Amino acid sequence: MSILVIAEHDNATLNPATLKTLAAAKQIGGDIHLLVAGEGCQAVADEAAKAEGVSKVLLADNAAYGHFLAENLGQLVADLGKDYGHILAPATTTGKNFMPRVAALLDVAQISDIIAVESADTFKRPIYAGNAIATVQSEDTIKVITVRATAFDAVSAEGGNASVEALDNVVNNDKSEFVGEELAKSERPDLTAASVVISGGRGMQNGENFHLLEKVADKLGAAVGASRAAVDAGFVPNDMQVGQTGKIVAPELYIAVGISGAIQHLAGMKDSKVIVAINKDEEAPIFQVADYGLVADLFDVLPELEQKL
Amino acid sequence: MKVLVAVKRVIDYNVKVRVKADNSDVDLANVKMALNPFCEIAVEEAVRLKEKGIADEVVVVSIGPKAVQEQLRTALALGADRAIQVETDELPDSLAVAKLLKGVVEKEQPQLVILGKQAIDSDNNQTGQMLGALTGMPQGTFASKVDVADGSVNVTREVDGGLQTVKLQLPAIVTTDLRLNEPRYASLPNIMKAKKKPLDVTTPDELGVSVARTVKLLKVEAPAERSAGVKVADVAELVEKLKNEAKVI
Repeated sequence: MSILVIAEHDNATLNPATLKTLAAAKQIGGDIHLLVAGEGCQAVADEAAKAEGVSKVLLADNAAYGHFLAENLGQLVADLGKDYGHILAPATTTGKNFMPRVAALLDVAQISDIIAVESADTFKRPIYAGNAIATVQSEDTIKVITVRATAFDAVSAEGGNASVEALDNVVNNDKSEFVGEELAKSERPDLTAASVVISGGRGMQNGENFHLLEKVADKLGAAVGASRAAVDAGFVPNDMQVGQTGKIVAPELYIAVGISGAIQHLAGMKDSKVIVAINKDEEAPIFQVADYGLVADLFDVLPELEQKL
Repeated sequence: MKVLVAVKRVIDYNVKVRVKADNSDVDLANVKMALNPFCEIAVEEAVRLKEKGIADEVVVVSIGPKAVQEQLRTALALGADRAIQVETDELPDSLAVAKLLKGVVEKEQPQLVILGKQAIDSDNNQTGQMLGALTGMPQGTFASKVDVADGSVNVTREVDGGLQTVKLQLPAIVTTDLRLNEPRYASLPNIMKAKKKPLDVTTPDELGVSVARTVKLLKVEAPAERSAGVKVADVAELVEKLKNEAKVI
């Protein structure tokens, strides 16, 4: 049976989470088709056709899919998905939004947020905020799965030569519509894709002080994140939150600054390769997971760190 | 307008989770249980809609054994008007829960259904969306703001890149994110009053839904532990270690 993977993109470029989801599909094994649904997204389909392991790109290019509304995307994917053995999407907020609708329309369970493929029907996934890892086996004929992208190494973005097939089926519901969006604009790399992440917590004291982190981030080519405490306190917007209910990151280097290390936060970053903690409280739980800990005042450390890098 | 809120009984979020010695599941024996935090936010949002005069009745529903009545009473103490328990000793998966909720929706005909975006035990993040697909209702998931006006609701959603707002025709489904509101504490008089509020019990059989699972739990393990590393004396040592030992910069 073939595998249908749903591409994550912004109508202009393919999100790297797609390449990681393709890696999970490759481990399951089988012919892999990639659906690019969006508006004015031909360039994404062309990019996707070069991805390693994709045999066919399905392109659904219509205004109905421009903002990835779950009602439209869910129905489209369920209609297409009937003939596949597996349907996979990255566990981004888009994937989490429409995939359960696909599963329900196909009358099958969904397996959320897998971190390992044991076999074509058996997967590992974190439960209880990553405090336990469950191995689950699906008896459904179609397996609907979301993939935690950070747990898989991306397939190559180049080298493939898939055909692109344009679809003409259009699903456009009349019960939901896009009104607007406020997207954070940043010159820095995306949090979930960055190889270095530097995050600030309540210890930053206010939003202004985050520029101290930004200066270090610019030296390292890093993305800037935050703990839930910093977001809840209004220092920075929600899209910067790293944690169980925010973004899950696993960079080469994670620097936690003024973050105590609540379970909620650890769930979002403990798979990072190297963790550095900077905190003036030497009892802070973050030090229990850090490879390198520096007990010091962050307002002294950050300018010095910027200068020494 | 009637608002239906679905709630789940889960391990209290302050409790440290332990895996059973035989790796069959996590150990929930003698562990403090509570209302799932996202469900608490859902109840609060519904109660606020009632206080604003937008909703006239808040009905709260939970699925599970008799013990879930404890969480239903909590929701009643927070301001819900009446409760429904769908009694089962099984642990239905999200799809079965969505089917049971669809049965309740058909009976109650709410204009708005509010659920938590995920339960902090299974971390699935599925039920609201599945209920949307089964009932044909539009959905506003991961909500940080809900504005009901004249037959529709505007939902501001927390998405990866920032915030997105969608307009949904009622009846609609909303799932809550953390910043939607800050739930109140139940006052003692309200806890006493909640004991007298109506709580009806129904069953999956009465709703015509099978709760058999199609996904088997084979094994539950503790995650690989990260051990604490070394403390460095100053910034110079930190930079030196990152360059020469960890080789990450």
